[in-house]
Amino acid sequence: MKEKIQIIIKGIFAENPTFVLILGMCPTLATTSSAINGLSMGLATAFVLMLSNLTISLVAKLIPDKVRIPSYIVIIAAFVTVVDLLMAGYLPDIHATLGIFIPLIVVNCIVLARAESFASKNGAVDSIFDGLGIGLGFTLALTCLGFVRELLGDYSVFGHKLTSGDGMILFILAPGAFFALAYLMILFNIVKRKFVKK
Amino acid sequence: MAKESSFKNMTLTLLTITFVSSAVLAGVYELTKDSIEAVRIQKINRGISDVLPPFDNNPSDDVYKKYVDGDTVYVYPATKDGNSAGAAVQTFTNNGYGGKFVLLVGFLADGTINSINVISHSETPGLGDKINPKKSGFSLQFQGKNPETYKLAVRKEGGDVEAITASTISSKAFCDAVARAYRVYREDVMKQEARDGDTGATSNKETDNQ
Repeated sequence: MKEKIQIIIKGIFAENPTFVLILGMCPTLATTSSAINGLSMGLATAFVLMLSNLTISLVAKLIPDKVRIPSYIVIIAAFVTVVDLLMAGYLPDIHATLGIFIPLIVVNCIVLARAESFASKNGAVDSIFDGLGIGLGFTLALTCLGFVRELLGDYSVFGHKLTSGDGMILFILAPGAFFALAYLMILFNIVKRKFVKK
Repeated sequence: MAKESSFKNMTLTLLTITFVSSAVLAGVYELTKDSIEAVRIQKINRGISDVLPPFDNNPSDDVYKKYVDGDTVYVYPATKDGNSAGAAVQTFTNNGYGGKFVLLVGFLADGTINSINVISHSETPGLGDKINPKKSGFSLQFQGKNPETYKLAVRKEGGDVEAITASTISSKAFCDAVARAYRVYREDVMKQEARDGDTGATSNKETDNQ
């Protein structure tokens, strides 16, 4: 069990997909205009990541080497579409907020990267935990980024306005995403280095 | 690691995977089709009741589509006790700062704007997104105005609409969308109802005679 928890923590911290692996920058920058959006996108990705990691770890041995990438992509795309359809049908309220982000998960390179570098070489249980860890790491990063951008850009926290006024709109727009990401990455690495020294 | 690749097993694997995936998707699609459709109709109905006074019919049953300016405008007529209670018109504009945006405009039977809701848009957050009644009072100034006398253009262009500060493009596009909705409503619904009203009056007389 300790090993499994190790896998999760590795995904959140040592191999954080956003701050360390620097993967999946497109959804990271595009969907973090508020903390809620970041959180939602992170959780949706984590869910797909767990399912796709599980499936791919089960079928990886049956897939010939040269066609593994197209096979993984088809499996991932199928899962994303299933999640999208189920949410649209049975959880319409969540789908209304998350809807536009769901199809984006197919092209999120984190999912394919974990399929290729972890799930295809490890067992089913480890792969689920890897999906969970990486997914939580991604969620954490996106929520932080959304939190900072929303706070500076709109003076609000999780949709609640702190003071009146427009805030620094730049932070909600695209350039703000780059600024916020850069500074959060510096912060994350300073903290990480301290922990590693201990 | 994985098996050695040969033409035969690669083709077979890809065929199997795509076949299984499409089978699963077809199954899930069939399973969720009805409830997705129900959700869609419910969403439209909720949107319609947000912009219209109370009605007792099902407006999406009588939806009327009109193709104008390169896209479709939807008219959802509402009735209360058999009388027209106005209509919700789903309209659009292509002139937004972020391209197209879609509005739902509620008209009373005489053409007065009851309320306006934003269905979808990609205007700039913090600037153009103030077209949304949740973000600013911009769209509220249209309430209770009749476009017959209320000029749907921003003040700068001689109209009656107070534009959003620093978002003249979004404000102008909003007026464009509302004006399009009114054009369709006036041409196709109010005139039609006027004609129906005439025949209605005659048939009433006939009943009286009987």
